[in-house]
Amino acid sequence: MRQVRIHGRGGQGVVTAAEMLARAGFLAGHEVQAIPSFGSERTGAPVVSYCRFDDAPLRTREPVLAPDVVLVQDPTLLATGGVFAGLAPGGLVIVDTTTSAHEVRAAAGAEDVEATVVTVPATSITLRHLGRPKPAAAMLAAYAASADDVTLEAVEQVFRARFPGAVGEANAAAAQESFAFVRDELTGMSEAETAAASTRED
Amino acid sequence: MREVLEGSQAVARTVARCRPGVVCAYPISPQTHIVEALSAMARTGELEGCEYVNVESEFSAMSVSIGASAAGSRAYTATASQGLLYMAEAVFNAAGMGLPIVMTVANRAIGAPINIWNDHSDAMALRDAGWLQLYAADNQEAADLHVIAFAAAEELGIPAMVCMDGFVLTHATDVLELATAAEIDAFLPPYAPAQVLDIDHPTTIGTMAGPESFTETKYLQHLRFLDAAGVIEAWSERFREAFGREAGGLAVRYAPDTLDRDREAPPADAGDVVVVAMGSVLGTLQAALPALRREGVPVRLVGLSSFRPFPATALREALGGARDVVVIDRALELGSGGVLTGDVGRALAGTRSRVRSVVAGLGGRPILEASLQDVVRRAHAGELEPLEFLDLKEGGVPVPHHGATEVHR
Amino acid sequence: MTTVHIPFLQTGSLAVGGRLLSEDERSVQSHTDRPSSLTKGHRACQGCAEALAARWVMDTAVEASGGRLIVANATGCLEVFSTLYPESAWKPPWIHSVFANAAAVATGIASSLHAQGKDDIRVLAQGGDGGTVDIGLAAVSGMFERNDDVLYVCYDNQGYMNTGVQRSSATPAAARTATTPAVGRAPGQAWGQGKSMVKIAMAHEIPYVASATPADLRDLEAKVRTAMSIHGARYLHVLVPCPVGWGSESRLSIALARAAVQSGIFPVVEARAGELTDVQRIRERVDVTEYLEPQARFAHLFKPGGEDALARWRAVAEANIRRYHLLGGES
Repeated sequence: MRQVRIHGRGGQGVVTAAEMLARAGFLAGHEVQAIPSFGSERTGAPVVSYCRFDDAPLRTREPVLAPDVVLVQDPTLLATGGVFAGLAPGGLVIVDTTTSAHEVRAAAGAEDVEATVVTVPATSITLRHLGRPKPAAAMLAAYAASADDVTLEAVEQVFRARFPGAVGEANAAAAQESFAFVRDELTGMSEAETAAASTRED
Repeated sequence: MREVLEGSQAVARTVARCRPGVVCAYPISPQTHIVEALSAMARTGELEGCEYVNVESEFSAMSVSIGASAAGSRAYTATASQGLLYMAEAVFNAAGMGLPIVMTVANRAIGAPINIWNDHSDAMALRDAGWLQLYAADNQEAADLHVIAFAAAEELGIPAMVCMDGFVLTHATDVLELATAAEIDAFLPPYAPAQVLDIDHPTTIGTMAGPESFTETKYLQHLRFLDAAGVIEAWSERFREAFGREAGGLAVRYAPDTLDRDREAPPADAGDVVVVAMGSVLGTLQAALPALRREGVPVRLVGLSSFRPFPATALREALGGARDVVVIDRALELGSGGVLTGDVGRALAGTRSRVRSVVAGLGGRPILEASLQDVVRRAHAGELEPLEFLDLKEGGVPVPHHGATEVHR
Repeated sequence: MTTVHIPFLQTGSLAVGGRLLSEDERSVQSHTDRPSSLTKGHRACQGCAEALAARWVMDTAVEASGGRLIVANATGCLEVFSTLYPESAWKPPWIHSVFANAAAVATGIASSLHAQGKDDIRVLAQGGDGGTVDIGLAAVSGMFERNDDVLYVCYDNQGYMNTGVQRSSATPAAARTATTPAVGRAPGQAWGQGKSMVKIAMAHEIPYVASATPADLRDLEAKVRTAMSIHGARYLHVLVPCPVGWGSESRLSIALARAAVQSGIFPVVEARAGELTDVQRIRERVDVTEYLEPQARFAHLFKPGGEDALARWRAVAEANIRRYHLLGGES
């Protein structure tokens, strides 16, 4: 089972992101489940939602306690704590930010957490394509670039289906750019790791 | 076709395919997504031949449903929590007049303190309203139960509530397969009311009954209710044959090791710890209990799909004389224990079973697998108190920290 | 051959029969084959103006709809005296649900009929002042706001007579009821702001609003007929004297209804889409005492200390006369 937790603020489409991730996961052949956090939170309030993938039907209704993946749609949430909470060892954290993974860890007080931290300026990318700060497609594309649960094509497809026309296309374009950005970043990371590894070997 | 759908959308589409003549509702969380979807379908024409009425209160929503049902239409409404209580007088009235209205209850706590999250306090407060109460374990069943509810309600002349956990099901997205309009058309008989306000055959509906006739009226209502279990079972069986999946029924059995829903599963043994539950916590129990089985804890699971009528016989048969019965209860009878526990206890009166009540998930407190496992382990060890509150925090009412809704055990 | 001139006093009078009028001018009640929608055998009190008005209203509605009428009734005297199981005094299809919901039940019936394509069947809802002005007001207002195709009739006997004469928000100031006894410094119902259901209905700007009394059968029938010729939400407010609740002689019910109108206490009006369109002028003005004095609920007004209340009632009547031009003049 793969468990995902999405952090964001009310109005950023956090609940939609979980649902769209579930839809993309379904297209990839998984059993899926999306659970919004159920609150009376207003626009701007911190919000979380959850998503699960599995090969067998998903039965539990427990909120995700130990996520394998955490998506953070707003870097200002890092300092509020909880973003890295319960993260499975070796988990993946994708943060919508223009800063670096190092700065993300510092902001979250998670310098030593065993995790892969990926940063992507999802909101900036989305603003260019969509004109609104709704970074869900770009964030899910970043996820697609970082793991094999979902594909970029599936992310594009579910946003086109939900928002037919220009909005869907803008989301798809944002997803493509975000995907390419993260792939480049990961290539850089793995080259650095290889370099680091060879350095240690030396 | 399997598709990814929010629970509320699944229910709304299924209800639309049951072809109601009148849908009337007043918005309340967490029922809103259902009625929003239906109101949209009424305007797009997907819900054809149907009047969608926006009213000023739940009391009027039920009253409009009463008028519509009495005038010969299949009537549907949905509510939750305070809304169910606000319409309570008319809820009882609909049952007394034998009007087979179907209502979704998106189960939610009752205030004060005001709380929009899930438990079963709302429907339980109206457990003696004379309605069928069918509880969905998951969103697939929530959608399917509406088809069974219309069929059973209309055959019986008894209105039916389909209870689904608010937010936990209504707002969750799952992989589902909806009954198609054609399938429902083939399955669900056309609405043929037993009594109708008809200008060619005028009747008076809703007369006053004095002391000399009221008891007998209620006794007949009681006899009709006794027929309900058989009718629900028969329609659930027909549903399984027509759609190839399980929904509804009375007491639901689960296979001992896989925890799959399994009508052929044997009854529990005397030495088993049997967990009895209702609603979406059944899914969490399905996920949590296999690990205990592997540990060697002889735990079994029995679900209740029908709470009204209460299926005492089917429950006793499924429990098979198990010594330890643990009821996961989503509503509290103050000063006593879980509401469901009371019914289970009555069904087991005179048996050797010990019934333990675990009040869980009040007002949306997440029910965690580990907490449930802990309860079962302690029940097996003979350490579970007769009444416990799951994950109760000691030392008064805690002040929540700021920030996102977080889950801590 | 000598001819003797015999005055046929019924012709053109306010009397019920009017059998000497031409066929198309006769009241529904004057016909031997009138529908008698509320038929004999019910348990209303002697002199009950609600029973009389309900029969007249419904007979007219039945005739206007060609017998295609369904009725929703609120809890109250009208329901209790007409439908004690196993008997029913109602001829049209009729439903009673609960106290506060007659308007909403009627909406449900109308919605169902519309969904079934049976728009030719009309819907009438009725209740007392309690079920309309007090506990049922939200449902009535909702029905108005949506402009549902329902004629709502309120039979206003100005109190909870069914439960033993307690005050409602339609109880007139100073009236003695079981919960506003005529004792203390301000005996009877308090002098509040009152609650004009006719004005509330007009404020919704529904297609048709009218008030009437059983003292004028033709006016009452004409208003029902007008209401039935219109679709959408319609409201008719009928003042119905209650001998038990008002402490008046049974034989005076019609006379009291007439005195209420002729004193200016109960304006008989008609309004369309929120605009006042017609007012029944006072034919022969009487003092408020003609209305108040025969009623035991106002007995304390005619004892020492009652002068102030009596004066206030005269002021109320004057205000109505001025506001509605009940004595003529511009309206």
